[in-house]
Amino acid sequence: MAELTFNDIIKPENLTYTKSKLMTDNVMHYCPGCGHGTAHQVLAEVLEEENLQSKTIGITPVGCSVLMYNYIDIDFQEAAHGRAPALATAVKRLMPDKFVFTYQGDGDLAAIGTAETIHTCNRGENILILFINNGIYGMTGGQMAPTTLVGMKSSTSPYGRNVSTMGSPIKMADIIAMLPGTCYVTRQSVNTPLGARKLKRAIKKAVQYQNEKRGTCFIEVVSNCPSGWKMTPVESNKWMEENMFPFYPLGDIKVPEEK
Amino acid sequence: MEKELRLMKGNEAIAEAAIRAGADGYFGYPITPQSEILEYLMEANPQVTTGMVVLQAESEVAAINMVYGGAACGKKVMTSSSSPGISLMQEGITYIAGAELPCLIVNVVRGGPGLGTIQPAQSDYFQATKGGGHGDYHLIVIAPSSVQEMADFVELAFDLAFKYRNPAMILSDGAIGQMMEKVWLKPPKKRSEEILPWATTGKPATREHNIITSLDLDSERQEKFNMKLIAKYREIEEKEVRFEEFMTDDAEYLFVAYGTSARICQKALQLARVEGIKAGLLRPITLFPYPKKRLNELADTVKGMLAVEMSAGQMVEDVMLSVNGKTRVGHYGRMGGMIPTPEEVVENLKSFIKG
Repeated sequence: MAELTFNDIIKPENLTYTKSKLMTDNVMHYCPGCGHGTAHQVLAEVLEEENLQSKTIGITPVGCSVLMYNYIDIDFQEAAHGRAPALATAVKRLMPDKFVFTYQGDGDLAAIGTAETIHTCNRGENILILFINNGIYGMTGGQMAPTTLVGMKSSTSPYGRNVSTMGSPIKMADIIAMLPGTCYVTRQSVNTPLGARKLKRAIKKAVQYQNEKRGTCFIEVVSNCPSGWKMTPVESNKWMEENMFPFYPLGDIKVPEEK
Repeated sequence: MEKELRLMKGNEAIAEAAIRAGADGYFGYPITPQSEILEYLMEANPQVTTGMVVLQAESEVAAINMVYGGAACGKKVMTSSSSPGISLMQEGITYIAGAELPCLIVNVVRGGPGLGTIQPAQSDYFQATKGGGHGDYHLIVIAPSSVQEMADFVELAFDLAFKYRNPAMILSDGAIGQMMEKVWLKPPKKRSEEILPWATTGKPATREHNIITSLDLDSERQEKFNMKLIAKYREIEEKEVRFEEFMTDDAEYLFVAYGTSARICQKALQLARVEGIKAGLLRPITLFPYPKKRLNELADTVKGMLAVEMSAGQMVEDVMLSVNGKTRVGHYGRMGGMIPTPEEVVENLKSFIKG
């Protein structure tokens, strides 16, 4: 994807930041500096701007974002760990005119829910999967995730992730992009205003593709976990840029042919 | 369409009855001895006639979670499987119970444990009636003993599931699933277009957002929710017990059996009566709620009760709890896919009588 030009950046909608009307007043439980809050806000902005509140059903995962349903004012279903794409499959099949998305972390989507992720994408279900990848199990206190980088320390890889005994980090977006059922696979971030705007544009595209019934849209957000990584928010963003982004490079992996 | 008489397998009857009951969706995964349900639905292709969705999932785990998603939209959705597959579904089932969602789960039971056998058994009674997954919950469990009941209980199970916002299970077995009998099929019902107030169908301006979840991190609230579930189960036990009696008026000895075993006991009690033993039969139709009160009453008039089931002895525990020591309770069971003959049931009744 091309970088935003100066003229894009100075557009009025990009200059003002207000809380989306779809964000509730509930106090978020996320740690300071965590990317979830920004990802929620960006998603809510799109749902608000696209007038989707009355049409949307969101599926939340098990993980840090399990309580996401308290923060965005839309109908939600809370899935068992890893099973969100199965729920979303049924919701969309039974109500094809609704906008359906899942919001899942790396443990949920890339470990316990791998089968559901792969097969939902392979069937080409007309849903959006929003995948927040911070390379760690945040909610349970910082254990190794399927996407934990090689050598990265966690409470269950205290000497660093060892490939010979723990395997390599898995690049889900690249695997997903190989499946014919997916139409749009992209990797984004929320650590900068520019990243958040790019994510917003990606979600808007996913809304359009879902309306056009073009298949599964898969948006990975490479994010941070200051608490789990045992860093300050600023340190965690720097570490993410220096270590996560080289292994999980940002940008589009698969885009549909324009009609 | 009028009601219709057909010769069908039990599994096929369930599939056809689901279409006619106005089901919105079926999600399943092949496993013997119940694959005919998915096969029949795929061939019938109700998507083009009634709009019913039929989907072959990648696993039983996915299938039950599709049921969760569909049920959370207030849709009439179901799945079916056999014992090992039902074990895989337990996670989803407890979430569905915890989220108070209506749905139908069909278990065409085969022998276990583990991969066991593909032949019929009744060894999933504990799993079906006592919980199965984690946490304090119950399914509504209905046990058909004929192909006709396989068809009829689909609608009954859906009705009870929606009435109580609780998952319902048809607990069948490989014999009833595979055997063919004549079956009267009801005229098809239209699928409901009603939007249920609690369902996740997209939030209109007129209501708060609906959240379907089984999570509450506040222990005091969670306990209140547990109490609410228990009150619901007590109400179900009060109002929804179903059973059938055969020759209990003058019975001195009572068979207690459900499903396939109840059919065998019907024959066995005739054979016993020829030999001068006044035998009767109580057939529980609902296994949860269990006909505790009626068994307790019968305990006053009979000299003993023999639970006959194709298991090592599971339902017999509910018989004992029901009679609470008022009369003798015995058990006769075959396992591993073996089905008892009426003659061997009578022989075992005689040795039970001898004590």
